[in-house]
Parts: sequence; structure tokens; C-alpha cells
Amino acid sequence: MAKTDIGPPDYRTMLPEIVKKNYGKWKYHEILRPGVLKHVSETGDELYTVRAGSPKLVSIDFIRDICDIADKYCDGHLRFTSRYNIEFLTPDKTKVQPIIEEVEKLGLPVGGTGKSITNIVHTQGWIHCHSAATDGSAIVKAVMDELYDYFTSMTLPAKLRIALACCLNMCGAVHCSDIAILGIHTKPPRIEHERLGAVCEIPTTMASCPTGAIRRHPDSSIKSVVVNEERCMYCANCFTVCPALPIANAEGDGVAIYVGGKVSNARSAPKFSRLAIPYLPNNPPRWPEVVSAVKNIVEVYAKNAQPEERMGEWIDRVGWETFFRLTGIPFTEQHIDDFTHAVETYRTTTQFRW
Amino acid sequence: MAKSETPKVDELEKGPWPSYVKEIKRMAKRNPAAKDLLGVQELSFNENITHWKHGGIVGVTGYGGGVIGRYSDVPEKFPNVESFHTFRVNQPSGWFYTTKALRQLCDVWEKYGSGMTNFHGSTGDIILLGAPTANLQPCFDALSDIGFDLGGSGSDLRTPTGCVGSARCEYACIDTPAIIYDLTMEFQDELHRPRWPYKSKIKASGCPNDCVAAIARSDFTIIGTWRDNLRIDQAAVREYVKGGFDIKTIVTDKCPTSALEWDEKAAELRLKAEDCVRCMHCINRMPKALRPGLDRGATILIGSKAPIIKGAYLSWVLVPFMKMEPPYTEFKELVRKAWDWWDEHGRTRERIAELIERLGLRTFLRAMGLKPVPQMVYRPRANPYVFFD
Repeated sequence: MAKTDIGPPDYRTMLPEIVKKNYGKWKYHEILRPGVLKHVSETGDELYTVRAGSPKLVSIDFIRDICDIADKYCDGHLRFTSRYNIEFLTPDKTKVQPIIEEVEKLGLPVGGTGKSITNIVHTQGWIHCHSAATDGSAIVKAVMDELYDYFTSMTLPAKLRIALACCLNMCGAVHCSDIAILGIHTKPPRIEHERLGAVCEIPTTMASCPTGAIRRHPDSSIKSVVVNEERCMYCANCFTVCPALPIANAEGDGVAIYVGGKVSNARSAPKFSRLAIPYLPNNPPRWPEVVSAVKNIVEVYAKNAQPEERMGEWIDRVGWETFFRLTGIPFTEQHIDDFTHAVETYRTTTQFRW
Repeated sequence: MAKSETPKVDELEKGPWPSYVKEIKRMAKRNPAAKDLLGVQELSFNENITHWKHGGIVGVTGYGGGVIGRYSDVPEKFPNVESFHTFRVNQPSGWFYTTKALRQLCDVWEKYGSGMTNFHGSTGDIILLGAPTANLQPCFDALSDIGFDLGGSGSDLRTPTGCVGSARCEYACIDTPAIIYDLTMEFQDELHRPRWPYKSKIKASGCPNDCVAAIARSDFTIIGTWRDNLRIDQAAVREYVKGGFDIKTIVTDKCPTSALEWDEKAAELRLKAEDCVRCMHCINRMPKALRPGLDRGATILIGSKAPIIKGAYLSWVLVPFMKMEPPYTEFKELVRKAWDWWDEHGRTRERIAELIERLGLRTFLRAMGLKPVPQMVYRPRANPYVFFD
């Protein structure tokens, strides 16, 4: 019988020698070129990091391939970042270029540092998730194909984080990204009355609805619920708790784009991403409408923001009216909040641009 | 040559960005589940809809989580993904690996699963994507034998995650890999055996740059900080300026509280220490000259979550400064107290932030024995509906 509750491997057994020797002693770093960091320790030791872009979904053969590089150049060590990038670490400056060449031979780009668009954090989508209103990996591939040069260079006013969630559960929390791509439903759930009472807990189902749109079926002999479709905004939380309320719909499902979020405390406080484009259709395999919308926003930001301004900071300075004007994105009633704290978003000042 | 069965999926092999389709196809050559996965993706591309059933409770002996159940809703078309469950495997702190450990993981997964993985999932675990039900226990056994354990899922403590911290970053004010490892080992029971109203997450970033987005994604957010003054090496500052660095536009003008001034005549960078809010911008831009202070600890924040149900929240300040030294007793006592209060009062699927909003932060602070301090709020209330009791 296998041991349980052993926890993860002790990270200290995974650290390369250069890290163990200089743990907690790092003094400063430089970005030598896109995808290459140099950290210098108080001891004088130097650590070079080569960062390579990678899909989120990879095979064990891919892992073995990068292990081969790490075995050859990094004494059998590597690490991953929080955004699926791979990092090869070495104290030997002469190994940096060979690592880059081997990485590029695998078809991986070196970059994702500094004022770039690094890897897109995303969820499983149609590859694995029952809730997905859109796909994850495919849109990420299509978008990064288009924005590839932003990964391998550092030419933007500030770093730009793109994230994708295949539904409102947001299993990766895209709610604070410079650009968030969000899978959405736009039609209420269908109700499988015959089986709902057998597979769902009705009070839980009612409580799951953020707008109180679900109530018991008025006919007490029917163990089911009804949905007030006017109050339904298709968040699909009811489906999450009750399989008899399927909501995925090939005609209605699609993608929304939110912009302007940030997580770091640098300069300005963390901010939520805010609605830019309410709906773009699912259009596999490359979602051209989504790709061109994201590219447009990136280019407008790159052209107009001042150095050091994240997307949200640029928008705060120039005003949302300027954002919508410059991007050509229509502003509609859907952009105006109507949930709990909506009133706090209304502009209670005459300070606006024409 | 036979026409491809997956023309839309094949499209995504083209283009410069590395292709996940190429990865699935590598496994598909020898793994029937991976081959079926390509077919599932093509079907979804044709129908614009997912083909996975809702949920399904599966697991391994002794645990209430760590394995995500997944069944195809078209098993007659794709019998090899009829059951296609996912393991969350707890990652080593800082996502450091030896190639030996990684190869061992690959070998286990080759034997029991589809060969497809994520390094890593959103919370931070290694994701082993797609094993049939019969393989779950033997796979877990094999993972345990090579020293890996499962992560969290369900209404439990999810796998704690932290930034690279002191292992590679000069900004780290707290030893995040050590903290995360310690907390993970301390709370193994809470992690493997769901028993709460809903999920709870802990994330730790070494500094306010917050590279694991802890302030956006964790109920209990640990962000490294300092209580004294950031350190300035004036000679190094002068080096930056001499080299053409526009210190005024890039650094001092950007300070959110105007705490920095570049005195050109004296060639000195002046800091009004009492106004510094430790935003990290100046340090980010001049890492050779500026460093965090030395009296270090963490700001503990609480409450962040994704939109469902009551809305997305960012974590807010709960304890402005907490020393974080092993065995991190103060932090552990804080979370245990909070979990107990939340377990007592929370409704099904109510996150702690939503419970606090429902019962009031005042109620929570009293339950926690924490005194209110101005650092907890941006501004005091304007509305005059004030309770006296």
C-alpha cells in the first residue's frame, strides 16, 4: 500500500548548486536580451537564466526533450515559471548561447522577459472541461502566433499580460490581466425537468444563482426549478452545481475581451480587467475575430501609452472614452455595470474628455 | 496519402508559436487515448461545443481530492477517453526540478495515462491529463513511490503556491519556497480531505510585485515587505544617471507618493521614507542601486477570488506586518482560526470573502481578535448607518 500524505518533494533536493550556494543572497539582476536574465549574488557569483516559451499542454516526450537540454548544460536542473515558460539556469555564461540554440531547435522561442507579452495563462477549454464555453489552447496558439514578436522582444511601454478563461469560473483568475479573453454563454440554460430532481439539490441550485433567477417549479408535483430568463446572465453557476441545467450552446457561446487589469502593486494598486468587447463568435480553429481584436488593442496601447504605463494605467490617465475612441470599439449598454457595486462605477464628476 | 481526420486541429500545427497539437500528435502515435483526444478536439471545433460530461467523483484510497473526474460524452466515438481523469500532483516549491525527478514522472505517466501534461495547472500543481478509472490507484501508488503526492481539489485547502523567492530573486523579503513547503506539509490533512464550505487557497509572493498574483487568486495572501527603509546605493544611482538613464521620467515621476527626489546638483537620490509605500517600482527599474529594506516580514491579506458568486475580489489587508520565521506559528494560528470561523458560519460554496461580506468585516475581526487599523481600508465609510453595540 503506497504512502499517503507525504507531500511534495522537498524543494531543497531540486535546487541547482548555484542556487543553493547563493540562496537568499541575490543582489541584483539585469535582462541581457529578451529571454536571458543575469542575477548577481552578494558572493559575486553569477546566474544566467534562459527563458523559453512553451504550450501549457505538452507531452512527456516534450518534458524529456527539455530534460536533455538541462542534462547537457544545466547539471540536470531546470524550473518552470508561473506562466508555463521553462527556465534553464547556469552559472556559466558560455553556456547561454548553446542553450538558446538548442531551445530554438526544439521550436521554442526565447523571450517573455521585461516589457514583452509573455506566455498566456489559460484553462483547459474543450480539451478537458465540461464547463468550457470556448477553447483554451487553440485561441492561445492563434493569438501567440500573431503576437509572437512581442514575446521575443521588449518593445512595449510596459509588460503586457494576456490570460484566457474558457468560462466565468475563471480557473486561473483572468480578472486582473492587461488583456483577458473570457469564454461566455449568451443564452439561459435548458432545464431537464425529468431528471433534475434526481441529480440536483434544489436549494443549492437556487442559491447558486447570483441574480436570484432560479426558483422552485411552481407545480409542486414537479421536482424541478424554473429560470426567470430576464434575470439570467448565463454565468452557468447553476450548471456547475446541477448537471440537469446544461447551458453550452453552439450558437450563443463565444468570447468577451476585458482589458486594463494588473496584479502588481508597482506604481498603482492592483486593478480588475474591465469589459472592452462583449461578444466575439467562436470560430475555430483560429478565432480570427478574437485575434484581430486583441492585436488591435495591443497596437493601440503600444502606440499611445507612455513608457512604464501598463494598459490599465494608460487607460486611467487618458480616460476610458479615449480607449474606446482610439480602438474603435463600440461602447454599449452592456459595458455599464448592473450588478452589486454598479453605482460605484458611474462617473460622478464633470472631468471627461470629449 | 489518406486525408486527415482532423483538418481543423491540423491547422494549429502551423505558425511560429509552439504547437500543443504537435504535442498531442507525438503521444497519439503510440497512445490511443491521445489519438482520441485529437478526435475530440476536432469534433468540438466542428460543433463549437465541449464533449466532456459534468463531473464524476473518482479518487484514490484515503483522499477526498486530488483527482478530477472526467468522462467523454461521446464514448462510442472515442472509447479511449471514455474515462479520462486528471491528477493534480503537488509541485516542488518554486517549480524547481531535477531531470531525474521529471523523467521518473514521465515514466509513471507513460505507463498509466495519456502522456499529456501541464507544467503547470493554474493553481500550481503538475497536471497529468487523462487516465482511465482503473489506472488511478496504481498511478497514485507509483507517484508516491517516486516521492510525489497529490494536490488539492474540491472543498479543501488547494495546493499552496509561491514565487521563486529567495532561490533566485533579489527582491524576496520572505523565503517563499520555504514558507510554501512548510505550510503544505503542515496542512496535508486539510489539503487531501475536503471538509469545508468551499475551497481555500494560500499563495505567497516575496515582494509587492506579486509574481504569483497572490492578491488576485488566494483567500490568504502572503506578500513579502519591509518595515524600515529601502536601501539606496548612491554611487550606483550615479552610475545609472551617467549612463543616460532618465531617472526623473522613469523613476521619481512615477513614485505614487512622490517619496523620491533626484537632486541633480548634489547627484543624490533622496527618499522621504515615511511616504514610501513599498510599491517596488523604483527598485524594479534600478536593481543595481535600490534594494528592499532589511526589517522584513509579510503583509497578510485576505479574500481574493474569481467572480462566482458575489463577484471577483482582490485580497485586502488583514495584518499589515507579520514576521515570517519558521515554524510560522503566527500565520498558522491565524489561518486555523479563520478556517474554523468560516467552517462554522459559511454556507455551501461560500468563499471566506463572501462570508465576511455577508456577516461584516467587523464581525470577522472580532472573531479573529484583530484590532481595526486604518491600513485595512482605502477610506473609512461615508454612509452614516453606524451600529453602536
